[in-house]
Amino acid sequence: MTDPLLQVRNLKRYYPIRKGVIARTVGHVRAVDDVSFDVYPGETLGIVGESGCGKSTTGRAVVRLEAPTAGSVVYDGTDIAGLSTAKMRRLRTELQMVFQDPYSSLNPQIRIGELLAEPLIAHKRLDRTAAHAKAAEMLETVGLPKLYLNRYPHELSGGQRQRVGIARALMLEPKLIVCDEPVSALDVSIQAQVLNLLKDLQGEFGLTYVFISHGLGAIKYISDRIVVMYLGKVMETATTAEIFAQPKHPYTEILLDAYPEPDPRLRDRQRIIVEGDVPSPANPPKGCVFHTRCPYTKDICRTESPPLADGVACHFPLEAAGR
Amino acid sequence: MSVTPLLQVDGLRTEFSTDQGPVTSVDGVSFSLAPGETLCLVGESGSGKSVSALSIMGLLARNGRITAGSVLFEGQDLVGLPDRELRRVRGHAIAMIFQEPMTSLNPVLTIGDQLAETMILHLGLTKAQARQRAIELLEKVGIPRAKDVVDDHPHRLSGGMRQRVMIAMALSCEPKLIIADEPTTALDVTIQAQILRLMRELSAETGTAMIFITHDLGVVAEMADRVAVMYAGQVVEETDVYTLFDDPKHPYTSALLRSIPHITTPAGDRLNPISGSVPNLLHMPTGCRFHDRCLQAMDRCATEPPELLPVASQHSVRCWLYDETEVPA
Repeated sequence: MTDPLLQVRNLKRYYPIRKGVIARTVGHVRAVDDVSFDVYPGETLGIVGESGCGKSTTGRAVVRLEAPTAGSVVYDGTDIAGLSTAKMRRLRTELQMVFQDPYSSLNPQIRIGELLAEPLIAHKRLDRTAAHAKAAEMLETVGLPKLYLNRYPHELSGGQRQRVGIARALMLEPKLIVCDEPVSALDVSIQAQVLNLLKDLQGEFGLTYVFISHGLGAIKYISDRIVVMYLGKVMETATTAEIFAQPKHPYTEILLDAYPEPDPRLRDRQRIIVEGDVPSPANPPKGCVFHTRCPYTKDICRTESPPLADGVACHFPLEAAGR
Repeated sequence: MSVTPLLQVDGLRTEFSTDQGPVTSVDGVSFSLAPGETLCLVGESGSGKSVSALSIMGLLARNGRITAGSVLFEGQDLVGLPDRELRRVRGHAIAMIFQEPMTSLNPVLTIGDQLAETMILHLGLTKAQARQRAIELLEKVGIPRAKDVVDDHPHRLSGGMRQRVMIAMALSCEPKLIIADEPTTALDVTIQAQILRLMRELSAETGTAMIFITHDLGVVAEMADRVAVMYAGQVVEETDVYTLFDDPKHPYTSALLRSIPHITTPAGDRLNPISGSVPNLLHMPTGCRFHDRCLQAMDRCATEPPELLPVASQHSVRCWLYDETEVPA
C-alpha cells in the first residue's frame, strides 16, 4: 500500500473558557480530542458527524487554519502542526479549502477574475495577464462561462458561487483539498451538480479530498473511506461500504437509522432512535463520550474511554455482540 | 372519495412589493387537506412553500399581500377576514411551528408563561389551570423534568428541546391544523429523527391535520400522506406519497428524485443533477417555469404556461406532457 499523504495523530484542539474580569481560564472546550486518521493520495476521506463533533475544527487544523493544541498533522512527510508561518506559506499552495458558505467566503467587492487570479499573483508571482488567462481556463474547468470573470459574487447563484469557490481552491494546483460542508447551503437540485463536479475534478487533477459533512447521502456518494466523529472523538473509521453495510459502533448505527431515506416504504422500518441531546463538549461525559445516549451502555463504558482499535472505539462493537 | 376538506386553498396568489417592483412569490397555488391528513409542501428556495403557509395564516410581512384566490378553512374564507377574527382562528384552530424555535420563543418569558398565555387567551383557563396543563403538555412532547422546565427560560434548552416546546405550544389549544415550516431543518439528524417521530405520533393520536413544509425529500418520505411539489411559486405536482416516489409524473419531480443521493443505493452510481438553477422571481421564464431546465421540454413549453390538471384520481400535474389526450375519462 502507498504511503499516506496526510497522517493525523492524536490531534487535539482545546478552546479555553474564560470567565470574569481578568478572563481567568476556567475550563476547556475539547472541540477535537485525540483524533487520528490517515488520508491516502487520490482518495476521498469523509468525516461525518453532528454539530459540535469537531469535524470542521479537524478540517481547519489539517490546513493549519487552526493551530492544534497537541498532536501532529504530517503532510507529505512534514509535520505542519508546529510549522512557522513562512514555511507554512510555501505549503499553502498544496493544501486548500472549500468552505460551506460561498456567500461569505468570497469577497463581495472583488470581481471573480481578480478573486481567482489573486493567489497566482501572490504565490506564484505570475503577472496579471497570465493569471487572468489561467483564471478564465479554470472557470471553464468548473463549468462556468469565461464572461463571469467580470462579474461580482452577488451576481451569481449559490451553485455558481460554490463553483467559483472550488475554482479558487484549484488555482494553485493543490494536492489536498479540505471541503467543509461544500453542498449543505445549496438547493437540492444543485447539490448533485457540485458533487459530480468535485468527483470529475478529482479524476482530472488527481486530487485528494477530506470531505466534511453532516449529510450521510453526500458522504456516501463521494467518500472512499469514512471517519465518524462524536464529541471531538473518532467513533469509527472504515471503508464506505463497510460503514454502511456493517456499522460497528452503536453511534454509527444510530446515525444511519436517523437518516431520513427518501423512500416512504422505509418509514416504518425497525430502527433505533436515541433520546437525549448531544452533551456539551465543554463538559463531556466520563468514559466513552457516547455512553449517555448509547442503548448498549454497560458499567465499563461509564468509566473507561475505549481506545480506537480495529477502526472502532467501543468496548462492545456491534459485530462482536452478535447483532 | 370526497371527504369535506378541512382546508381548501384555491388559486392563491401572493405578491410582495420590492425595490425592484412587484414580485409574485406564490402564483395560483391550489391544494386541499382532509381532516387528520399530513400534506407535505416540498420545494427548493424561492418555490413559494413558506409564503404559501404565511399567506394561509395571514402572517405576511407588511410589503406582502394576497392578490387573488381563497383559503377556505372549515368553509370560511380566511382571505380578507378582519384581523380580530383571524386572530381567533390563529393559535386556536390553526397553529404554526417555525424552523428556528429560538426566534419564535420570547427570551424573557419562562416556558410556562409562554405556554399559558395562549391557553388563557383562547381557552379561558385560569393561571393555575394553564400552568398545570403546560406541565402536562411538556411531558407529552417528551421533555424530561417538565415540572422544572416549565419555569426555565428558552435559552436554557437545547435546539431539540426548544422545538419540543414549540410543538407543545402548537398543541396547547388542540388545533385542527398545524402548519410546520421546516421544523427540523436546523436540528441534527439524530434529533430530527426524534422530532419527526414525535410529530407523527402526536398527529395520529390527536387527529390533527398537518401541513409540513420541507426541502428534504427524505423528510417527505417519513411524514407525508400526500405531497404537493412546488417550483417557482406554483404547485407542479400533487399526489399521495407512494405514487410520488414510485411514479412521479412531472419532469421536475422525477429529476429531483434522481438527483439526491440515497444511502441504500449501490456505490458507483452517478447522480443525475438538474442543470441550471432555480429561476429568479424577478425574471420568471415564460411558458412553463421549468422548461429551460427540463430534459423533455417541447416547443410549446417555452411559450404556453401549463395548468395543474388531473392525470389520475388524486394525482395532478402541471405539464404539457400530460395534455388532454392522457387524462382518463
